Amino acid sequence: MSDRPYAAARRTLSIRDKLLDVNWGLVLLITLIASVGFSMLYSVAGGHFHPWAAPQMLRFAIGLALLIAVAMVDIRIWMSIAYPAYGIALFLLILTTVMGKVGGLGAQRWLELGPLQIQPSELMKISLVLALSRYLHGEAVEDVSKPLRLAIPLAMIGIPAVLVLMQPNLGTATILVADGASLLFLAGLSWWWILPTISAGLAAVPIAWRFMHDYQKRRVLTFLNPASDALGAGWNISQAEIAVGSGGLAGKGFVQGTQSRLNFLPEKETDFIFTTLGEEFGFVGCIAVLLLFAAVIGYGVRIAMSSRSQFGRLLAFGVTLNFFFYIMINASMVMGLIPVVGIPMPLISYGGTAMLTVLFGFGLLMSVHVHRQVEIPRRSGGLI
Amino acid sequence: MPLFDRKDKSRYATFTRRSLMVSGGISAVFAVIAGRLYQLQIREGEEFETRAEENRVSQRLVAPLRGRVLDRFGIELATNRRNYRVLIVAEQAAEGVDAAIATVGKLIYLSDRQRERVKHDIAANKPFAPVPIAENLSWDEFARINLHLPYLPGIQPDVGETRDYPFGTEMSHILGYVSAVSLDDKANDGDPLLDLPGFRIGKRGIEEEFETQIRGKAGSSRVEVNAYGRVIRELGHDSGVAGDDVYLTIDRDVQHFASQRLGDESAACAVMDVSNGDVIALVSTPGYDPNNFNVGITPTQWQALMTDDHKPLINKAITGEYPPGSTFKPTMAMAAMDNGLENLQVNCSGSIVLGNNVFHCWKKGGHGHVDLKRGLAVSCDVFFYEVARQLGIDKMHDAAVSLGLGKKTGIELPGERSGLIPSREWKLARFGVPWQQGETLNTGIGQGYVTATPLQLCTLAARIASGNSVSPRITRVIGHAAQSRPELDRLKFSDKALAAVQAGMNMVANEPGGTAFQWRITQPGFEMAGKTGTAQVRHISKEEHETGVKKNDNLPWNLRDHALFIAYAPVQQPRYALGIIQEHGATAAHPHVQMARDILLYAQQRDPIKLPNAYPVNAAQATSPIRKVRG
Repeated sequence: MSDRPYAAARRTLSIRDKLLDVNWGLVLLITLIASVGFSMLYSVAGGHFHPWAAPQMLRFAIGLALLIAVAMVDIRIWMSIAYPAYGIALFLLILTTVMGKVGGLGAQRWLELGPLQIQPSELMKISLVLALSRYLHGEAVEDVSKPLRLAIPLAMIGIPAVLVLMQPNLGTATILVADGASLLFLAGLSWWWILPTISAGLAAVPIAWRFMHDYQKRRVLTFLNPASDALGAGWNISQAEIAVGSGGLAGKGFVQGTQSRLNFLPEKETDFIFTTLGEEFGFVGCIAVLLLFAAVIGYGVRIAMSSRSQFGRLLAFGVTLNFFFYIMINASMVMGLIPVVGIPMPLISYGGTAMLTVLFGFGLLMSVHVHRQVEIPRRSGGLI
Repeated sequence: MPLFDRKDKSRYATFTRRSLMVSGGISAVFAVIAGRLYQLQIREGEEFETRAEENRVSQRLVAPLRGRVLDRFGIELATNRRNYRVLIVAEQAAEGVDAAIATVGKLIYLSDRQRERVKHDIAANKPFAPVPIAENLSWDEFARINLHLPYLPGIQPDVGETRDYPFGTEMSHILGYVSAVSLDDKANDGDPLLDLPGFRIGKRGIEEEFETQIRGKAGSSRVEVNAYGRVIRELGHDSGVAGDDVYLTIDRDVQHFASQRLGDESAACAVMDVSNGDVIALVSTPGYDPNNFNVGITPTQWQALMTDDHKPLINKAITGEYPPGSTFKPTMAMAAMDNGLENLQVNCSGSIVLGNNVFHCWKKGGHGHVDLKRGLAVSCDVFFYEVARQLGIDKMHDAAVSLGLGKKTGIELPGERSGLIPSREWKLARFGVPWQQGETLNTGIGQGYVTATPLQLCTLAARIASGNSVSPRITRVIGHAAQSRPELDRLKFSDKALAAVQAGMNMVANEPGGTAFQWRITQPGFEMAGKTGTAQVRHISKEEHETGVKKNDNLPWNLRDHALFIAYAPVQQPRYALGIIQEHGATAAHPHVQMARDILLYAQQRDPIKLPNAYPVNAAQATSPIRKVRG
C-alpha cells in the first residue's frame, strides 16, 4: 500500500491526512457498480429515471457522503460504540417483533419511527459485525474455543438471528449467522468445534424441516421442482430463469428486456433486478458485474489483512463478507440455485435501507483502511 | 505495555491463514454463480429465448366475416352490417366510470338496464379491457359521440360487424338467427372462436344447419402482451377466411307474398318447384324478428314469444305434424288404382257400419253414387272407407311412404319431423296391441294416427303432379359449390293411376261440385288442381252426429278444425306444388284455399322470363343484350 511516511507516532490523524488516505479506487468501484444499478432501474422503468433510478441516485449520493464521514471516524470510536450500537439494534429488533409492520416479498418487518421506516434487521447486520469484532479483539486464539467464552459470541449471534427468524425473515437470519460464524472462524475457532457443528447441522435438516413455516417449506419444494407450481410460487423462479437464460451471450440490449418490460419478472426493481441485467446484457454483462463485485471483495480482504488491529481485521472482513453474502444469496436465488428468500442485490437493487446499510458498511471498511496503522491493546476488547 | 504480545502474533497468523481459506471459499462461490450463468445463458440460452418469446407473444383469434345467405336471385337475406358502438376503458376514464357513462348518457339514450350492465361488465373485466356501453347506434348518434370525443376520456367509438336480417320476421323460420354461445355449444364444438367475447353462432334454420360453412376460418392477430395479458402492440395480422355464402332456392318475393297472405294466422305453407324440388317459399306464421336475438332479446320479448298460442318460435312447415285429413285421399286413390280398385263404385249414404262402429261421411245424407275421381272431387269419406277396407293398412302404408309421407323429406333445415304413417309393426311396437280394422278406415281419410308436415304434403302434391320422386331442397349453392341433387326416379305407380288422380284433383278445383271450385284460379293457363282437407281437433260425439255437427264458424277459434290444402299448378304442365295448413282455420269461406290460390297464381306469374325486372341484378347484367332480347 502507501509508502508515505505514516504518522503512527502521532497517534492521531488530521482529516486531511485521512481524506488523502481514503482508498479512492474502492470508492470508484462502488460507484461503478451503483451506476450499473441506476441503468438497470432506468431500464426496468421502461427507459425512465422515474420512479426508481432518480431516488436511487439521490440515496447513493447521501450514502457516499455517509461512507466518507464514517471513514473519517477513528476505529477506536467505532470500537467503543460497538456494544451500545448492538444494544440499540437488539432493542429495536425486539420492538419490531412486538409491534412491527409486515411488507415486501415474504415478510420483512418494518418499524415506523415518526417519518422514518427502519428495518432493525439491517441495522443488526452491521451492529453484530461491530460487536463481535470488538469481543473477539479481546480473545487470544487459545481462548476463542473455550466453551464458556464461546457462549457469549454465540449468544450475540443467536439471539438476533432467532428474533429475525421469527419475523419471519429467513434470508437475513441466514446472513446474520453466516456473518457471525465467519468472524468466529477468522478469529481462530478450533476445527474441533467447526467440523462437529457442520455434521450436526446436516443431521438437523430433517428436524428443521418440521419447524419451518408452510411458506418456507413451499419455497424449498418449489425450488427443488419449479414446474410443480408453475403458476404459483414457482412462477418467480421460472420467470427469473427465463429472463436470465434468454439473455444469451450478449443480451437483448439496453431497455430491450421483454421479461422485465412486460412485467413477467416479479419484484423486478428490487430482489430480481439481476435477472434484468442477465436479460439485457447477457453472459458478458453478468460476468463483468460479478468481476466488479469480486474486485470490491478483493479490496475488502486486502484492507482486512493490512490492518494492525484484530478489531480492524475482523471488522473489515466481516463487512466484506456481509456484502459477499448478499451477492451470493441474491444471485443464487434469482438463478434458481437456492429457494427464494427476500435478499436484495447490494448497490443494484432499489431500496434505501439496504443501500445505506451497505455504504455504511463500506464506510467502516474504509475507516479500517484509513486507520490501518492504529494499534489497539487486546484488553480493550472483550466483553467490557 | 507492548503493542504486540506473542498471542497477538499467533492470532494474526491464524487470521491470515483463515482469510485465505475464506477467500478461496468466496472464489468457489463466484465460480458456481458463473457456472450457473454459463449453463442458463450459453448452454440453455436458446431454449430460454424461445420461452421468453412465448411469454411475450400471444395469438389472438380474429373472428372471420360470417357468410351471407341469399335468395335464388341473389337478394341478401342475412348479411353483415356495420355495428356502430361505444366502448369504455375503465382505467382511462379520468373522472371515473360513473361520470363517463353519465356524459355519454347525455349524448345518446342509455337505459337504466344498459347502465347497470356496463357497471357489471366493468367489474367483471380487467380495467384495460374495453367494455361496450351501447351498440347498434345510428349514424347520428355515432357522430355525436365522435364529435365530443375530446371531452370523453376512456370512451372509444368502434365499428364492428353484426348480423342483419333485412326482411325480419318473414324469413325467420328459414334463416334462424345468431346469438351468444352457450356452454352446451362449447361442449359440442371445439372451435376456439366460440371463446371470443361477443361471438355469435347460428341457432335454428340455415344459420344453424350450415354453421360450420357460414362461420369461416378464424384469423389471428399476433400481439405482444405483458404478464397481465394487456396487449402492448400488434406484431402481425391475418384476417382469416370469410365464411361461405349460402344461396337458397327461396324466391324472396314469393316468400314475402306468401307471408303477407298468411298474415297473422297460425299457419304454414310450402311452395315447391315440382321439376326439381326447389323450395320457392317456406312460410310459417307468425314468425319472430331474428334481429332481436342478435342484439340480445329482452325477457319480456322472450316471454311473449314463449306464451303466444300461435307459437311463433315453431317452424310449423317442417316441425308441425298434423292429421292430413282429406289431403291424404290422393295417396289412397293412387293405391286403389294400382291394386285393382280402379273401377270401384260406392253408394254413399252418409255412413257405413263396420262391426259395432258407425263411420260417418263428412256430408250428412251422403254423396250417393261415387267413383274414384268423384270421390276425390267431393272428398267422399265413405268411398275412401271402402277403399281402405279393401286395400288394407299394408298397401296404404306403402303408397303413402312412396309419395313422401311418414319419413323426413331431408330438407336442409334442423328440427324436421317425420310425421307418421302407421303400420302394423308400428302399432304393435308402440302400443303392444295388434292393428284394428277400424283404424284402417280412419287412416283412409287421413285421421287417426296418421300425421304429416305441411312440407310433406307439398311433396305429396309435387310427386303426384310430376310423377317423379322429387324431394324438397332449400339450398342451391354453398360457397362456390353447387349442391348436388339426387337423380329423380319415376314413381312406382302406373301412369294410369297418376292420370286418374290428377284428373280427380283437377275436378276438386275446376269442376262444379268440387270442394275447391269456388276458389279456383280462373286465369287461363294458370289453373290449379288440388285437394282440400280438414283435420278434426275435437271429438264429435254420437249425439252431435245425430243432431247435426256444429259448424266450425260457430266454435271458438281453438276448437275449430285445422284446414289443409294441397295443390299444384298449372294443371296442364305442372310447375309449382303447394301444401298449406291453417290451424283452426276450417271455416266456410275456406280462407286457406284462397291463400293457396293467390300464392300459386303469384308464383306462376312471377316467372322470371315474363318479369325480367324481378331480377335484382347489377347494372352490367341488366343491360346485357341477351337480357334485352328476353325482356
